Amino acid sequence: MTDVVDTGTALGRPIKRKEDARLLHGQTNWTDNIQLPGTVHMAILRSPLAHAKITHLDVSGALEMPNVVAAFGAAELGELNSSVPCVWPVTDDMVAPDFPALAKDTVHHVGDCVAVVLATDAASAADALEAMSVDYEPLQAVVNMESAISPGSTLVHEDKGTNTCYVYNLGGGYDEKVKEADVVVKRRFINQRLIPAFMEPRSVVAAPMGMSDEITMWTSTQIPHILRLLIALVTGIPENNLRVIAPDVGGGFGGKLQIYREEILVAQLARKLGRPVKWTETRSEDMVATHHGRDQIQDIEIAAKSDGTLVGLKVDLKANMGAYLQIITPGIPLLGMFMYPGIYKMDAYDFQCTGVFTNTTPTDAYRGAGRPESTYAIERIMDELAAELGMEPMELRRKNWIKHEEFPYTTIAGLTYDTGNYELATARALELFDYEGMRAEQKSRRDSGDRVQLGIGISTFTEMCGLAPSRTLGALKYVAGGWEHCTVRVLPTGKVEVITGTSPHGQGHETAWSQIASSILGIPVEDIEVVHSDTGRAPYGMDTYGSRSLAVGGQAIKAASERLVDKARVIAAHQLECSPEDLEYVDGVFQVKGDREKAQPLGAVAFEAFTAHNLPDGVEPTLSAEATIDPQDFSFPHGTHLAAMEVDTETGKVTVRKYVCVDDVGVQVNPMIVEGQVHGGVAQGIAQALYEGANYDEDGQPQNANLSTYLIPSAPDLPSFITDTTCTPSTTNPLGTKGVGEAGAIASTPAIINGIVDAIRHLGVNDVLMPATPMTVWKTIQAAQGGK
Amino acid sequence: MIPVAFDYKKASSVEDALAALAEGGEDAKLMGGGQSLVPVLRLRLNAPSVVVDCSSIPELKGIKDEGGKILIGAGTTHHAVMNDPAVKSSLKVLADATASVADPQIRHRGTLGGALAHSDPRADQPPVALALDAEFTIAGTTGQRTVAAADFFQGPFETAVGPDEILVSIAFPKLDGWGGHYEKFNRAAQAWSIIGVAAAVRMEGGKIAEARIGLTNVGGTPHRASAVEQALVGASSIAEVEAASMHASDNLSPFADEDADVDYRLHLARVLTARSVARAAGIS
Repeated sequence: MTDVVDTGTALGRPIKRKEDARLLHGQTNWTDNIQLPGTVHMAILRSPLAHAKITHLDVSGALEMPNVVAAFGAAELGELNSSVPCVWPVTDDMVAPDFPALAKDTVHHVGDCVAVVLATDAASAADALEAMSVDYEPLQAVVNMESAISPGSTLVHEDKGTNTCYVYNLGGGYDEKVKEADVVVKRRFINQRLIPAFMEPRSVVAAPMGMSDEITMWTSTQIPHILRLLIALVTGIPENNLRVIAPDVGGGFGGKLQIYREEILVAQLARKLGRPVKWTETRSEDMVATHHGRDQIQDIEIAAKSDGTLVGLKVDLKANMGAYLQIITPGIPLLGMFMYPGIYKMDAYDFQCTGVFTNTTPTDAYRGAGRPESTYAIERIMDELAAELGMEPMELRRKNWIKHEEFPYTTIAGLTYDTGNYELATARALELFDYEGMRAEQKSRRDSGDRVQLGIGISTFTEMCGLAPSRTLGALKYVAGGWEHCTVRVLPTGKVEVITGTSPHGQGHETAWSQIASSILGIPVEDIEVVHSDTGRAPYGMDTYGSRSLAVGGQAIKAASERLVDKARVIAAHQLECSPEDLEYVDGVFQVKGDREKAQPLGAVAFEAFTAHNLPDGVEPTLSAEATIDPQDFSFPHGTHLAAMEVDTETGKVTVRKYVCVDDVGVQVNPMIVEGQVHGGVAQGIAQALYEGANYDEDGQPQNANLSTYLIPSAPDLPSFITDTTCTPSTTNPLGTKGVGEAGAIASTPAIINGIVDAIRHLGVNDVLMPATPMTVWKTIQAAQGGK
Repeated sequence: MIPVAFDYKKASSVEDALAALAEGGEDAKLMGGGQSLVPVLRLRLNAPSVVVDCSSIPELKGIKDEGGKILIGAGTTHHAVMNDPAVKSSLKVLADATASVADPQIRHRGTLGGALAHSDPRADQPPVALALDAEFTIAGTTGQRTVAAADFFQGPFETAVGPDEILVSIAFPKLDGWGGHYEKFNRAAQAWSIIGVAAAVRMEGGKIAEARIGLTNVGGTPHRASAVEQALVGASSIAEVEAASMHASDNLSPFADEDADVDYRLHLARVLTARSVARAAGIS
């Protein structure tokens, strides 16, 4: 540790995001904006059927169409038809079907890629698709997970002999321990399938650069570094000849944490044709071909003593893989595996997950990736247990949660939570919510038989951010590491480059990372340029997902900045003819203690380092420093979310009347960005609870694969959120930060559903399916009333 | 997405547009604000030979107060309709329904005539036109004709406007002194109606003297709830309004979709009719 004086001027300030002026004024560089001379545009023939043999495919008709350059089916593509990789084989015997970029003889989901055509303009390519000739022999579609794993089911992949991808087990002591319980509550929750629906559809351009063997690929991705490696591995393009750039990326939510078959096709065809190839998806393609999220059946059993003390938890999951395994499809439910016990102490925990293939779009990471599912299950079942015990649901939580003084605490799932203060966040949330007042109103509405009933939904959640250290990921059979890199350079003019391996797609890294570096370098935020998302300019990185960028990447920025100051100090001391220990570093200036006249700003040091005319012996020219950090552990943000839900019992329509959340994300680099992340996350979690759900019919046809029927809420559908934070710094990283990218989306879904159930529990209701549409809520009430 | 190639003709007058339609033949399509047609083209659900753009025809625009009625040009935008002082004071239910259409961007582009002629079963203004007995003026190569609302809506996406004709204007009888309300029930602010109920009510001595009620998305065309209108006469309490509104499901055979099955739709028709009437009448 150096004796850097932290000026504290930039870190923690709610400054406006410096990238916003450019983004809001349309001075953006989306992949689809990239126009290279000689570009050919790719269009994709996709399967209209969920499961079928391709009995005939003739792409030659497309070649007769105007402006068409080439057309390929799997046969024409031959050995360039690389397969999409899965990098997380969760068990040794996991079943992994072949996933060729173009389907070879069978299509496995609506939207499966069958053929491509390339034309000199996008319109001609779209027209030419209709000139291809293709015949299918329909096969029975496998849609329902439970039927899929029943004996005799049709197989999604005939050659694999099973629809079970894997069975994963953890724990094992529950069945013995449950004998000590007085109460056991079982529920089946359905975590429905969601579509990431980022604002910018996927787009990719690959171009041979002509002057060298380099192929440059621009793509709307969250993971340029990982993508470069995987594209090189699957296509055979030498990694050193491949540069991947993620230009401005308009949202990802996990949906762009992927290597997509379209990216493989564009890279291969650019190489084959020797000219730039571009593909931009339509929204209709996006809804069936971008990976989906969630889609789990959760059988949950919780056991407790009659006083509410938890005994144990048993989780049996069925997780829908879809038709193929994408990059980390099988691992998503396992990211939730560690979090089912939530913030609670208990003596036994059994977990089992069965991954299941169906003739549907593959699933993979979607904001929270496994943790929203586990948080939903534990927070819902805690409410059900409270109802069974006749306890106040917050009291039940308080009785069982890890107390502030008990940290660090190793949970029954094996994670060690470094810090937390559930008492503080909860107390603040209850106060902001007027919990007692709401309970009183709830009682009066109930007593008067009001048409509109009021419910209070609680979610006292925690989650894990940062996916690290690498050693732990290795133990989980995850192929990549969990480290992050940063290089900090001070240019001869005194401007600073912070070169990060994280890859923002809306988060505000350019501002936040500047604040971290500024707080150590003393250089104003506006003089710091954050370089990212280009493997040519920022060669080392593990990219952005899992709320890792600050939790992991932030540490690297801090370490590299400190190392840079260390180096600069030696040079400055030499210039000022004193020893490094005699210097203090204030606001970007080295000054001799006790003699403020003798000083040298960092920019001047950088220029000395550049000319190298007068450097101390043993000091190398240029002023830069780097750090690659593998964190000590995950970080564990937590919070208390409270939702006041109104249910119109006559129509089933629900309204979020009030939403309060108090999050503890540790030290905040920029509270305005934190608040924005919480707002967006809460909205996305509410969307799962009330609006979104991708449905298939029994033939595997998507029922709402467009934005007219797949409803995404907008501002008028949501209340003004009341947000606040507490700060319990993480002790496993030197910035004390935790991560906030997914917290809101993880926390809010159970708060909303708990609130709805709480509003109508007296009518005999103890669960509501998501999304809780007006019809679903009305029918649930009708069924409960009919059952009385 | 990219539509199939089509010819484009920007018409400067109704006559001009009619000529372009005649020349284009049966695959020609009229475009008002383009808010319904363009998505259909982009999804390649329709491939017209020529799109005749009517958005710049002066005679199709504007709102005129003609004494007993308000005449609205078919090419008048939703935004203009909902903000027009005469519409707001004499046709509150139309202003309300129009204000509920989609979002502000669409309301600035989309037109009343376009929405009515498109006749989407989920649209918000057709039940208003039906309940208020609006009159539709349609121009063809042989001249103009007038069609009553009851005859205008003929099926989902089907109206009395022939393939070689243009809807020119819609006349609404003024309802000065009437209460009005449009009760829209949908899942999200910008979503289509699951059901919408347009109600206009004239009160006399604290009782309902006359009522006009139209429902949307309960069938292929908007539905006039005549039985409710009759049963409401004399009603002065919420209980009486609710009792009369039970007739809202009479003679309905709605379809089922993801948002509502038949039972739920019939239930909503009754409940929301009562709510709409109560709001229009000021009865609580």
